Amino acid sequence: MVASKETISAVEQTTSKYKYGFSTKLDVEKAPKGLNEDIIKFISSKKNEPNWLLEWRLNAYYQWLKMKEPSWAKVNYPKINFQDIHYYAAPKVKKKLNSLDEVDPELLKTYEKLGIPLNEQKMLSGVAVDAVFDSVSVATTFREKLAKEGVIFCPISEAVQSHPELVKKYLGSVVPVTDNYYSALNSAVFTDGSFVFIPKNVKCPMELSTYFRINEQNTGQFERTLIIVEDAGYVSYLEGCTAPQRDENQLHAAVVELVALEDASIKYSTVQNWYPGDENGKGGIYNFVTKRGKCLGDRSKISWTQVETGSSVTWKYPSCILMGDNSVGEFYSVAITNNFQQADTGTKMIHIGKGTKSTIISKGISAGKSQNTYRGQVQIQKTAKNSRNFTQCDSLLIGDNCSAHTIPYINQNISNAKVEHEATTSKISEEQLFYCKQRGLDDETATSLIVNGFCKEVMKELPMEFAVEAQKLIGISLEGSVG
Amino acid sequence: MSILNIKNIHLSIEDKSILKGVSLNVNPGEVHAIMGPNGSGKSTLSYILSGKEGYELSSGNIYFDNKDLLELSANERSNQGLFLAFQYPVELPGVSSMNFLREAVNVRRKFLGKKELNHLEFVKEARRLASSMFIKDEMLKRSVNVGFSGGEKKRFEILQMMLLEPKLAILDETDSGLDVDALKIVSNGVNNYKGKDNAVIVITHYQRLLDYIVPDYVHILADGVIKKSGGPELAKIIEKNGYAGIVDAA
Ligand SMILES: Nc1ncnc2c1ncn2[C@@H]1O[C@H](COP(=O)(O)OP(=O)(O)OP(=O)(O)O)[C@@H](O)[C@H]1O
Ligand SMILES: [Mg+2]
Repeated sequence: MVASKETISAVEQTTSKYKYGFSTKLDVEKAPKGLNEDIIKFISSKKNEPNWLLEWRLNAYYQWLKMKEPSWAKVNYPKINFQDIHYYAAPKVKKKLNSLDEVDPELLKTYEKLGIPLNEQKMLSGVAVDAVFDSVSVATTFREKLAKEGVIFCPISEAVQSHPELVKKYLGSVVPVTDNYYSALNSAVFTDGSFVFIPKNVKCPMELSTYFRINEQNTGQFERTLIIVEDAGYVSYLEGCTAPQRDENQLHAAVVELVALEDASIKYSTVQNWYPGDENGKGGIYNFVTKRGKCLGDRSKISWTQVETGSSVTWKYPSCILMGDNSVGEFYSVAITNNFQQADTGTKMIHIGKGTKSTIISKGISAGKSQNTYRGQVQIQKTAKNSRNFTQCDSLLIGDNCSAHTIPYINQNISNAKVEHEATTSKISEEQLFYCKQRGLDDETATSLIVNGFCKEVMKELPMEFAVEAQKLIGISLEGSVG
Repeated sequence: MSILNIKNIHLSIEDKSILKGVSLNVNPGEVHAIMGPNGSGKSTLSYILSGKEGYELSSGNIYFDNKDLLELSANERSNQGLFLAFQYPVELPGVSSMNFLREAVNVRRKFLGKKELNHLEFVKEARRLASSMFIKDEMLKRSVNVGFSGGEKKRFEILQMMLLEPKLAILDETDSGLDVDALKIVSNGVNNYKGKDNAVIVITHYQRLLDYIVPDYVHILADGVIKKSGGPELAKIIEKNGYAGIVDAA
């Protein structure tokens, strides 16, 4: 094993600005750079995949070759050289792990630094964690306890082996391979991610959570998450992300698919804190993510809550397809951009079933020279009688060099549906800052307080432990933006 | 040893000269009332003292507790014990009043070298003082000043003063918009706070307040200077005659 001295000093040098910016030295197995059939075959064989999945990947790859990188989003970045990326990197493991004790101690240390102890005894009570490091899942906790309830929570690569019928049935059923450029790419090369299955009538007894970490240089992360909740089941799922501080940009292109059957309910919360680049705009993660949930059953409900503070470029629209009658979709989002960050994010609510309801609350905060765009689509199809949408988009500007844009698309194909849209743009006023400062608060505390107040409607949707972390993150990510 | 010593200050905003040589000395234990016509610069003076951006002097000096006040940022002045009850308190949507008070109190305590209060200790203390101001617990759960009535805002300002225990409290028209009962409540709060080690400056248009908070000195700010100073009887004369005979262009 490589000595940990460097790791430790790297941690010590890490500025408080991005405290997750350290990297871990590990023995790593990497595929050569570049993307071609052989690489895909390599990934598939590494994972010991059945033939149907290899075929599925290859098909996605051929489709991807024919597709064009999308350019409609309000983001600018240099062209990505897809041949200059490693599509597979995994910490070397000598044999299959039977318990957490066999996980590389360096890895465990990394997660501890991230504030995510994987050691079950030390864990926050009631949260099970799947940790994904570069391309592979390195540890999943509390599996036995969950298994007793019939809940399956494991790396998706494992689910392919143990529950192929479920994976085969639902993989790509919400986000078709050719949905967009990045979903096709992900389908071809995805390496790991989490798989969750909640059987009929089971309310998952604890929060499930996945932590994603990109560590290796020039490595793309393409994780794939699939969550299926059967009739009247419930799960709350948390996702957190960090990456080391590096000068070059790293690509993250995930696909998340959620399926809710009759009366099922899924709550999906994200605190995204990928490295955003430095204050001059150098480095940072390109975050091109496709997240979508299908409310397949009647009265099912899918709720997305996200706090996005990281990444240099974000392109992300968690969406709900409301197929079941009276199904419900919700989207609560806080997106913060500072320095040179660019975010183009929003949601799509597709109303198909009768009496479907959706709520969108989006809070965009821009500081520095950043660009923050909300793009939302509400589609009411002919079949969606008596459906309703309520959208509220609020933007908050800090300083004079940033910008915020709100782009709503509303397609309403029937008359007996109700769509409401409200949008506001405001600045943190000098008066508000002065009032706080007169009470002794410094610029940063004052800003963080006002911004957290602005986001309150979204923050209260986050599970407790996450909310505290998210509040701190908001403060950290706005550091240096005022005063 | 004065708490506040203002020495010949001048200030212009957008080429308009507003203060043209104001001096004022405030000692511990004193109450000073500042009166004067609308637009004479009373709030401006309070902003200068509390360090609002855009209110930088063209000349003059200010010492607070023997420190050069102008060297300190707005939040440092507050930390050192300078408090302003705003004429128009500002709304902070989504920021719970209780949290806001706790943040402020803990910053001040930290500065004074006292240990921070934990949540329970703080809530107890805040509720005790709030009830003396006839502020209901329910109001402390709401966002700072959002949807508060005019009188509620003013009482909330005084609650903050009580919690922060400043050396110098400047009350800018805290009496305006208060009904008779609220006026008594607010005045009681101020009188309880006032002691031999701190001082109060009340800015007001009405003699009525000064029946409750009895000033040691009354100053008339007009035409950019302190035109006249006197005891409590000066306020009574103004009440009767207005500013005629004191102000040039009244
Ligand atoms: N930021 C500013 N920009 C332009 N003019 C200002 C500004 N602040 C104050 N003034 C002007 O300075 C003068 C003094 O204003 P100030 O608010 O201090 O008066 P005041 O004595 O408090 O009046 P009132 O009794 O009505 O509260 C006014 O003419 C006002 O318009
Ligand atoms: Mg005034």
